[in-house]
Amino acid sequence: MALDSDAAVLDDLAGDLDAGYGAFVRAHSSAVYTTALRLSGSRAEADDLAQETFVRAYRALRGFDAQRVLTLEARPWLLTITLNLWRNHLRTAARRPRQTGARYPQVADVRDGPEAVAETTAQSAVLVGLLRALPEHHRVPVVLRHVVGLSYAEIATVLECPVGTAKANVARGLDRLRALATACPEQSTTRAKKESP
Amino acid sequence: MTTKASAPAIDVDAGALRRLRVDAPEGFVDSVLDRLGLHTPDHLVTVSSPAGDLFVAFNDDGICAVMPTALFNGSADRFAAHHRDETGRPLVAGGRPPAGLPAALRSGRATTLRYDLSGLTSFERAVLTKTLEIPSGEVRPYGWVAREIGRPKAVRAVGSALGRNPVPVLIPCHRVVRSDGHIGNYGLGVPMKRTLLHAEGVDLDRLERLAHAGVRYLGSDTTRVFCVPSCVHARRIRRAHEVAFRSSAAATAAGFRPCGHCHPAELSDAS
Repeated sequence: MALDSDAAVLDDLAGDLDAGYGAFVRAHSSAVYTTALRLSGSRAEADDLAQETFVRAYRALRGFDAQRVLTLEARPWLLTITLNLWRNHLRTAARRPRQTGARYPQVADVRDGPEAVAETTAQSAVLVGLLRALPEHHRVPVVLRHVVGLSYAEIATVLECPVGTAKANVARGLDRLRALATACPEQSTTRAKKESP
Repeated sequence: MTTKASAPAIDVDAGALRRLRVDAPEGFVDSVLDRLGLHTPDHLVTVSSPAGDLFVAFNDDGICAVMPTALFNGSADRFAAHHRDETGRPLVAGGRPPAGLPAALRSGRATTLRYDLSGLTSFERAVLTKTLEIPSGEVRPYGWVAREIGRPKAVRAVGSALGRNPVPVLIPCHRVVRSDGHIGNYGLGVPMKRTLLHAEGVDLDRLERLAHAGVRYLGSDTTRVFCVPSCVHARRIRRAHEVAFRSSAAATAAGFRPCGHCHPAELSDAS
């Protein structure tokens, strides 16, 4: 990770929040958007969720003093906001019953249209489907660790749990993912289509 | 750390999962900044000029856009909407006009003003920076600009770059004309180009007559210096001493050297 440039971004942010915020958003947009996308499974929802994250973050930062901005652990802090927004969204959505049932792994979410869900390889598409089939308490740690690339300490911050618990949940999630992969009905076609890199 | 379950059918490894990381969609940062109202706005003033009233947009880096108010029926809101489409930045009225702007519009010398040409290509910037050097009351051919910036074959590209000049009137693209004496095109319309040049004292009829007669350069047989016809030094030559040339080669062959003010041809080392 480019720690020096992260520090420079926070430096600018502490100096002038309004002037430095664009660079801050740019520096973390991929991590936040990826998390939102892998949580929600939909590009439209991910866009909303990621934008809302940065809007909330800006409002919070306005109340921070310079020292607090300089020592901010930006990624876990931002992803905590994303996760809370996502959970609130689920709670609201649950009150309005909708067709649910990610009972089986799905390769693609048809609500998004074909081009939106086009993953780079067939294997990625299968993996996305498998991830969606994981229960949230396993999916979130796996996404944070292996897709976004957070450290276990950062994951523990986001999930508000001890580091050991974070490690265990990532490991269990990964095991479960492998188990799903073995049982996955798409496996044979995927294997056949898989291109060598 | 993780114990392997039965061999998975597809590879669930860190590399495969890492490939699920994606970039935020294009325009994401702008959308966030828009929602927060954080785009630093440009400022807008209205000034009068020989081309009529002008909207002038500027920021800390310099002047970034100039447009006749008439093109927007005098509506600053409509110009602001256009500006936003062009630059992505909002525009707020007010603020002190850039220092020297009124004087530059009066004198036609806008070389000391600062310009924000950040949205342009380096070629376009080179064309506009060179064009800025053409003095009020004088004109140069498109090919002159091309040659002066070291791209002698890019004559048409110079025309296109001038057509996209975001700060017309101040950066005087109206002072670039065709070498055959025709006035050439202008982003704000040929009549406007004629008006601006006339206001600066350019004798367009005479330049066209000379061009039609095949005259591209004028020299003085006392100084043995030759110039483009609109050069301030060419205009001082008495009729009795005026010598006409069809090409810079002909002038050089006759023992004349190019004027250091208007650069009618590449100044050779010998001159």
